[in-house]
Amino acid sequence: MLIRIKGARVLDPPHMDAKKDIIIKDHLIHAIVDPEYVDPEYKDADPDTRIPDTHIIDAAGKILVPGLIDIHVHLREPGQEYKETIETGLAAAARGGFTAVCCMPNTNPVNDNSQVTRFIIQRGREIGLSRVYPVGAITQGLKGETLAEIHDMKQAGIVAVTDDGKPVENSNLMRRALEYCRGLNIPVFVHAEDTSLADGGSMNEGPFSTFWGIKGIPNAAESIMVVRDIALSELTGAPVHFCHISTKESVEAIRQAKKRGVKITCETAPHYFTLIDEDVKEYDTHFKMNPPLRSKEDRQAVIEGLSEGTIDLIASDHAPHSVVEKDVEFDRAAFGIVGLETSLSLALKLVHDGNLTLTELIHKMAKQPANLLGINNDIKEGNRADLTLIDPDHEYVIDPSAFKSKSRNTPFAGMKVKGNAFLTMVNGKVIYQRDGKDLQDTI
Amino acid sequence: MRFEKKDILDIESLEPWEISMILDTAQGMKEISERPVKKVPTLRGKTIVLFFQEPSTRTKLSFDTAAKRLSADTHSISAGTSSIVKGETLIDTAKNLEAMKPDVIVLRHPSSGAPHLIAKRVKASVINAGDGIHAHPSQALLDMMSVREKKGRIAGLKISIIGDISHSRVARSDITGFSKMGAMVSICAPRTMIPKGIEKLGCTVSPNMEACIEGSDVVMMLRIQKERQGSILFPTEREYSTLFGLNRDRLKLAQKDVLVMHPGPMNRGVEISSDVADSDCSIILEQVTNGVALRMALFYLVAGGSRHADSH
Ligand SMILES: [Zn+2]
Repeated sequence: MLIRIKGARVLDPPHMDAKKDIIIKDHLIHAIVDPEYVDPEYKDADPDTRIPDTHIIDAAGKILVPGLIDIHVHLREPGQEYKETIETGLAAAARGGFTAVCCMPNTNPVNDNSQVTRFIIQRGREIGLSRVYPVGAITQGLKGETLAEIHDMKQAGIVAVTDDGKPVENSNLMRRALEYCRGLNIPVFVHAEDTSLADGGSMNEGPFSTFWGIKGIPNAAESIMVVRDIALSELTGAPVHFCHISTKESVEAIRQAKKRGVKITCETAPHYFTLIDEDVKEYDTHFKMNPPLRSKEDRQAVIEGLSEGTIDLIASDHAPHSVVEKDVEFDRAAFGIVGLETSLSLALKLVHDGNLTLTELIHKMAKQPANLLGINNDIKEGNRADLTLIDPDHEYVIDPSAFKSKSRNTPFAGMKVKGNAFLTMVNGKVIYQRDGKDLQDTI
Repeated sequence: MRFEKKDILDIESLEPWEISMILDTAQGMKEISERPVKKVPTLRGKTIVLFFQEPSTRTKLSFDTAAKRLSADTHSISAGTSSIVKGETLIDTAKNLEAMKPDVIVLRHPSSGAPHLIAKRVKASVINAGDGIHAHPSQALLDMMSVREKKGRIAGLKISIIGDISHSRVARSDITGFSKMGAMVSICAPRTMIPKGIEKLGCTVSPNMEACIEGSDVVMMLRIQKERQGSILFPTEREYSTLFGLNRDRLKLAQKDVLVMHPGPMNRGVEISSDVADSDCSIILEQVTNGVALRMALFYLVAGGSRHADSH
């Protein structure tokens, strides 16, 4: 059977932006045709059922883009299945419009060996929703002491390495990790934090941390490590990708380094361009994440970094936690918020507000992530059909009770937003359709 | 106007008229403590739980005494006896307490915002007896009461606060309270102990102790915690005392009728010299006396006063 996505604006920067129909056959993009195109074989058939063996997806008013990829997601399995499982996390990804996610290695056991990597890949295949690309640990047990078996994990299927959640404190070890990974041609994702400067803080250091009596985390806790790892990238010639950039100093350091030609990329998360420390509600732990929500000036710098291209891509840092970790004293609460099911809507606000063009947004949520991981997600005949259909005009209120994720720790509950995923397709199969009650019947 | 607040969580959430009403009520309560029989039946049949998750002798004793003078029944739970140490969450413990139908829960807790967290979950009134480095409203209120009693007013006075502002909930509440009531507050400390944006609470930061004290009507010294000595905040008590200790010479820079205050317990010879602590300008012991009256007023207003007249 064929699937024909009909009437969408097909946007695949830089090579396509046109009204086209996409015909999918056997997991692949079979043909990209003009909307009027009629397969000669069926030209005499009844106009309503003109192509008898084709499922038509009416995509008028929607935008069809290469499958969105979220490269920074915590799926919690193995080990913390009460927060999220690979299955619920991938269902959340599908609902958020993501055809693939990269999952961080801070599970229990840690993904620092090929067995855990294989387990995750195996579960992902069995579930059959969004694709999962595991990210392995840089160091054994995320302890920052000795290198993990990165080659072995790469053989098993990891796409990058990181000690995310923690920095690699030891500069010499970080240097060697970069050199080693350069030799293996595997990207290194950096969680930039000087933990001695962060000093056990729980929110951005500034007037609001003083007001609430919450220990603060200064901007420099992030930027000092960004600057260090820029230096190490220059020393080793290895590329570095910075996760969840939140401060104006980091953006500026990355901007300058890129001008010098240093091989670095970076991401930010929707909360850093949406919220600031002033928004932290009275000891509401749904506003606690690491790095913390920063000042108004930092948010502005992040938005500018996105629009000028210093910040290459957007990733959610989806970090599910249960009420056990969140319904507690602020300083004792776990860091992190869920993001897969709000990321696209929050990012579309950048477009509605004129801070990014839609093309730039798709670049940051689909193309750049694919480039970083070495995946080809172009909308091209013969490529696998991983596609996201965006409804840019759909207005709704964020309702955590509708989340597919097992966890509900979001500061965005009740926020009015515009635009979200209408349909998500992986390997030619519709894995999510908004309001899609008849999904099971038709596909 | 009627006092309607269910909880006393911080000074920030109190209006100036509410602060005045608390101070007026406390002034009335003070008389009870001077009677031969220091007890009135006002809160007979009411239950007050003292839930202290941090060691405290003085504040707890003050709250306990206040409750007993109003004939309330008191129960104490502390870090050692509570099941929190066995892994129960704060909210679970609070809900368990709630099941015993207390009228007031007095909470001291090492985490900022802990009283705010439980106040939303329990019907009982919650009085914050100190949360992390955030607030210590009853201490600030008794400080304001003591100053107003001696000076007849708060508005227009110059108040100096010297010591570890960063880690002091007393300092935050005093800065907020005194500035709210119209005083001019200036603070002074090693720069390692002045948190970012503290001016927004309503104070100015003085460059040195002399500038801070000059012309002050009130000098409030904060306890310097011995365990911070030799940490990265200051090198030695000796050097701290040289730069930030209150002695006779420095006190001469203040107004002649200056009041010297300290929330206790004092480190004599460190932040305050013995002769100043024991001098006529010191009202440190009056602060303790007023503390009981002030806490009686808080109990009365949240559990026995006009707030409950209608609901029962
Ligand atoms: Zn991280």
